[in-house]
Amino acid sequence: MGDCPILAYALKRLVLAIVIISVAMTLLFAMIYLIPGDPAKVALGPRATPEMVESLRVRMGLDQPIWVQFWRFYSGVWRGDLGIEVLSGRPVLTVVLEQLPYTLALIAGAISWSVALGIPLGCIAAIKRGGWVDRVVGIVSVAVIAVPSFVIAIYALLIFAVSLRWLPAIGAGEPGDLGDQLLHLILPSLAVGLGWVGYIARMVRASMLEVLEASHIRTARAFGLPENQITYSYALRIAILPTVTLLGVGVGQMLSSAVFAEIVFARPGIGKLVYDSILTRNYPLVTGSVLVTTAFFVFVNVIADLVIGALDPRVRSGFG
Amino acid sequence: MLREPLGVLGISLVLLVVLGAVFADFLASADPSKISPRNRFSSPGFEHLAGTDQLGRDLFSRVLHGGQIALAVALGSTAVSLLIGMVLGLIAGYGPRWLDNLLILVFDAMKSFPTVMLALALVTLFGPSLTAVVVVVILVNVPGYARIIRTQTIALKSAEYVTAAQSMGASTARVLRVHILPNVIGPLLILASMDIPVVIAIEAGMSFLGLGVRPPTPSWGAILNDGFANIRESYWIVVAGGIPIILTTLGFTFLGETLRDVFDPRLKGR
Amino acid sequence: MSVLSVNGLTVSFTTDGGTLTALRDVSFDIPDQRIVGVVGESGCGKSTLINAILGLLADNGRIDAGSVLFQNDRELTRLGDSDMRALRGQRISTVFQDPMGALNPVLSVGHQMINVQYRSGRSKAEKIARAVEMLRKVRIPDADTALSRYPHQFSGGMKQRIAIAMALMMEPALLIADEPTTALDATLEVATIELLKELQRDIGCSVLFISHHLGVIAELCDEVIVMYAGEVVERGTTRQVFNDPRHPYTFRLLDCDPARQHQRVRHLPTIPGEIPDLRRRPEGCIFAARCHRVHYACMRTPPVTEVGNGHAARCWLAGNPETVKVTA
Repeated sequence: MGDCPILAYALKRLVLAIVIISVAMTLLFAMIYLIPGDPAKVALGPRATPEMVESLRVRMGLDQPIWVQFWRFYSGVWRGDLGIEVLSGRPVLTVVLEQLPYTLALIAGAISWSVALGIPLGCIAAIKRGGWVDRVVGIVSVAVIAVPSFVIAIYALLIFAVSLRWLPAIGAGEPGDLGDQLLHLILPSLAVGLGWVGYIARMVRASMLEVLEASHIRTARAFGLPENQITYSYALRIAILPTVTLLGVGVGQMLSSAVFAEIVFARPGIGKLVYDSILTRNYPLVTGSVLVTTAFFVFVNVIADLVIGALDPRVRSGFG
Repeated sequence: MLREPLGVLGISLVLLVVLGAVFADFLASADPSKISPRNRFSSPGFEHLAGTDQLGRDLFSRVLHGGQIALAVALGSTAVSLLIGMVLGLIAGYGPRWLDNLLILVFDAMKSFPTVMLALALVTLFGPSLTAVVVVVILVNVPGYARIIRTQTIALKSAEYVTAAQSMGASTARVLRVHILPNVIGPLLILASMDIPVVIAIEAGMSFLGLGVRPPTPSWGAILNDGFANIRESYWIVVAGGIPIILTTLGFTFLGETLRDVFDPRLKGR
Repeated sequence: MSVLSVNGLTVSFTTDGGTLTALRDVSFDIPDQRIVGVVGESGCGKSTLINAILGLLADNGRIDAGSVLFQNDRELTRLGDSDMRALRGQRISTVFQDPMGALNPVLSVGHQMINVQYRSGRSKAEKIARAVEMLRKVRIPDADTALSRYPHQFSGGMKQRIAIAMALMMEPALLIADEPTTALDATLEVATIELLKELQRDIGCSVLFISHHLGVIAELCDEVIVMYAGEVVERGTTRQVFNDPRHPYTFRLLDCDPARQHQRVRHLPTIPGEIPDLRRRPEGCIFAARCHRVHYACMRTPPVTEVGNGHAARCWLAGNPETVKVTA
């Protein structure tokens, strides 16, 4: 098992990513084309003169036939040119990439919460199957999955920031001050990740129970290995594998929750950018952020597959 | 089923919410939309059980009437999603192969799109409205339902009694209606009941973002938004908007989980 | 001298339908450096026997009576958890039936073989050397590089040989082999049996070999225990039991063995009836309901009758071989 199968696998994923992004681009283009109203007029507001609108239309390329517009858009994207943000005159990609790290930090924080709480909870529930711990973990998991993340976000804000004043309420923290930024990250990432604590706890519990029944676990017991080693090194290593896939797919949902968390906690980020730019009909920014988000989503799933490959030798040699 | 404490809790919560919504006019006499500037930010008390909001509207009344909206949207859009999902699923499962492949591709594409992005995109097309909410719910739910129906249809298509019916000259419509539909409807209804919390969350979430129900119509999400905007002045608006969302989603979830465990353990882990 | 001596072992499980007696009054000896086979239909209590010896009974199971004496000095039924664990894999090793699932799929073969030696006090290098040595002994090609490979990269037969290598790594006094060849095809089965025999002689351990394959038992074992519905119905040397069965069940079992069919038959013979419900054990002889020689005495539980040097059967007719060997 050399590097080549992994390379071939990566290549396959890359092609798939290009296809997915292309489809997303086509849909976006079609959507914006279908939207009633002239984007140039909308961008300039009601008091713009027809000459101003016309000149902006030319600058935005809206006077060209549709297929020219599409090709410009499509080929531009692959060159990293997502167009110019009309109001500030800055490249869309720059504006979007400025916001991306905040959302990345938020999602990384959410994943940390869900992994740090979900895996141990699911593991304990599986080991104490049928006991009161298992029941409590089961009910709490269902509950945190059911309650919408924006309700959790607002209540977290109310309790920990407004009433108790333990944690900061708004913003992303002082630039350059990592401690402050982490402090600002605690509540929003908890709001995004809490539901995933439930998902992961349930999944780890289920796969743990399955793995503990496997005959290699019986073999390990018959070899007198310490129960702790059997649970954590032999069983949990297998039981957490589905979690990685779950999280990879879950990033899409987390991006949804991130929109709410960023609005509630007044954090900068892609979610807030999309929301604001849709409300202000700033379409180049909408397409730009959605494309970057889609690319990010595709990328995360590639990472998830590679992580599984690193953890599961059966998958690793199946690459290619 | 009544022996499951969680199921009992679920039923009680659902009943509480449903009765509150049905008898809203009776239980809360105050007009949910009546603005009363003198009563702004009254804390909960005898006169206003849940307090008033920044416009002096009675929150208890708004919550109960908001329940009408939430339940109507949940039940209505779930019913429509079920219907569309059923038709598409039957077509995919029973129709030609290429159509099946095409539909599956579309379902997968729809599922991988983040819900909020979908909602935002649709709102730009339709403008903020109840219709937008319903369309989002349908787009989110239909792929799942259609897939279940499709899988079951394909499994049943080759069952002996279906083949027998076909050989005796039963029309496609009759085979679907008499032999296939009754067998797939049970698990589908259980899944739909488990999806109701998701629908409630979508309605409340979109209204919270100002993309759903238009003011002054009461909606839990809108109340939550009012409370969020005034969170430093009063905590009770946020409480009034959030508690019903929490109780309803928990109630339907516990109920759905119990229903599933009792009637169809195979669906576990979905 | 015996490595393991089981006496009057009775094991039961608490189930929804009542108490299930899985083993009743099971007694046998495993002498030093001998291979003892256990034969019986599925459900006869073979797996429960292994788990009871290893102290790995499920939570709802318990030992009601009897003793399991290991090397004449350790009473396994009274051994604490940690002492029992110290014994497992070191003094008593096990090879299970399913070679595909016996090894952990996400840990390398070397990792698992080194883990098994954790009580040995050897250095890491010594552990690796020992693992390679054992892999060579079970004829795994490229033993050095095999350590870094994962279970799915080996064939089923190789996996079973690796499992055997792991089991014998600590040179145990007793190897329990639970149908180790059942999942393998016939050629591999023969090779694995040969290998097991060779390694047993090499290491000088005893083997408790469980199988429902009479041919394998006859080939490999010195002594045989025949089990039915959780009871030992007959025991003796392989020659005694196979050539001169004294329990009607043994007789019928041998009679039904496809390898012993001398002429072509339309249907392979089977023993009619099923194992009784172990939650409601019938009075008297456990095999009575299916026995072709059943008579009034069978209403009472027959004693274990010694019929020859170490050869015994639990049947009223044990002393009367000609009566037993009548085909119904």
